[in-house]
Amino acid sequence: MGAIDIVSYFLILGLLLAAVRVVTTSNVIHAAISLVFTLAITAVIFLLLSAEFVGMVVVLVYIGAVIVLFLFGIMITRAPLGQNAELDNEKNKTLGLVISLSIFALFSYVIINSFDGKMNITEGTSTQVLGEILLTRFVYPFEIVSFVLLAALIGGITLARKDNALIDEDQV
Amino acid sequence: MSVQPFLIAGAGLFSMGIYGILVRRNAVMVLLSIELILNAVNINFVVFNAMLSDTLLSGQIFSIFVITIAAAEVGIGLAIVLMLFRNRQTANINEFDLMKW
Repeated sequence: MGAIDIVSYFLILGLLLAAVRVVTTSNVIHAAISLVFTLAITAVIFLLLSAEFVGMVVVLVYIGAVIVLFLFGIMITRAPLGQNAELDNEKNKTLGLVISLSIFALFSYVIINSFDGKMNITEGTSTQVLGEILLTRFVYPFEIVSFVLLAALIGGITLARKDNALIDEDQV
Repeated sequence: MSVQPFLIAGAGLFSMGIYGILVRRNAVMVLLSIELILNAVNINFVVFNAMLSDTLLSGQIFSIFVITIAAAEVGIGLAIVLMLFRNRQTANINEFDLMKW
């Protein structure tokens, strides 16, 4: 067992601990900050697996944009900051624990019995190859996904803006 | 390096996301749990890409697509939550039972 294995075990441990904190903490801001830790450790794991472009995309898009959007959403919906015992649905807790643990047990069983492959980590960068493939073999999905982003942008603006006509109608 | 620890980490993230979706009461927290699930999918894509040593790097490319779709999903999801909050003055998903029989 080399040094890289030990490092990866520590990373996975931290990843799981941060993820547990995301779903169990009773403080909404702490949940968002724990998600930052989860995503940062994910980016480090991607770097370890020589997928450095994906790791950087995770840092830029998730930590840079999505988390800010989440914090914005938490603040604009006036979720009670600080400890909030009302955040969890108590009567769903047992059921949720049973369902999630059985999914985890099933997945672990399948993974342990079926996948015992080794990863071939290539040295050097894969970013140049990734860019070439993204703009040749996967150019149609790439363009379609940019169109989806445009549609999401328009949809978000349409949903979130204050429609004056609607407001007047409601208030009358 | 064996793939199993990474795949089990992905499975753990996925099941924690399921738990969060089932248990959380605040709509923003449910979206946060969905992010955990998408992150688990990304980890699996990259790990299998490294395991199969794909010359097309499909795993990495699809994880980039997943990240893009996740960003779009968060934008739309938060817009919907904002709209619900504006109409009902709450982000508690137990209160949104208009379509419940």
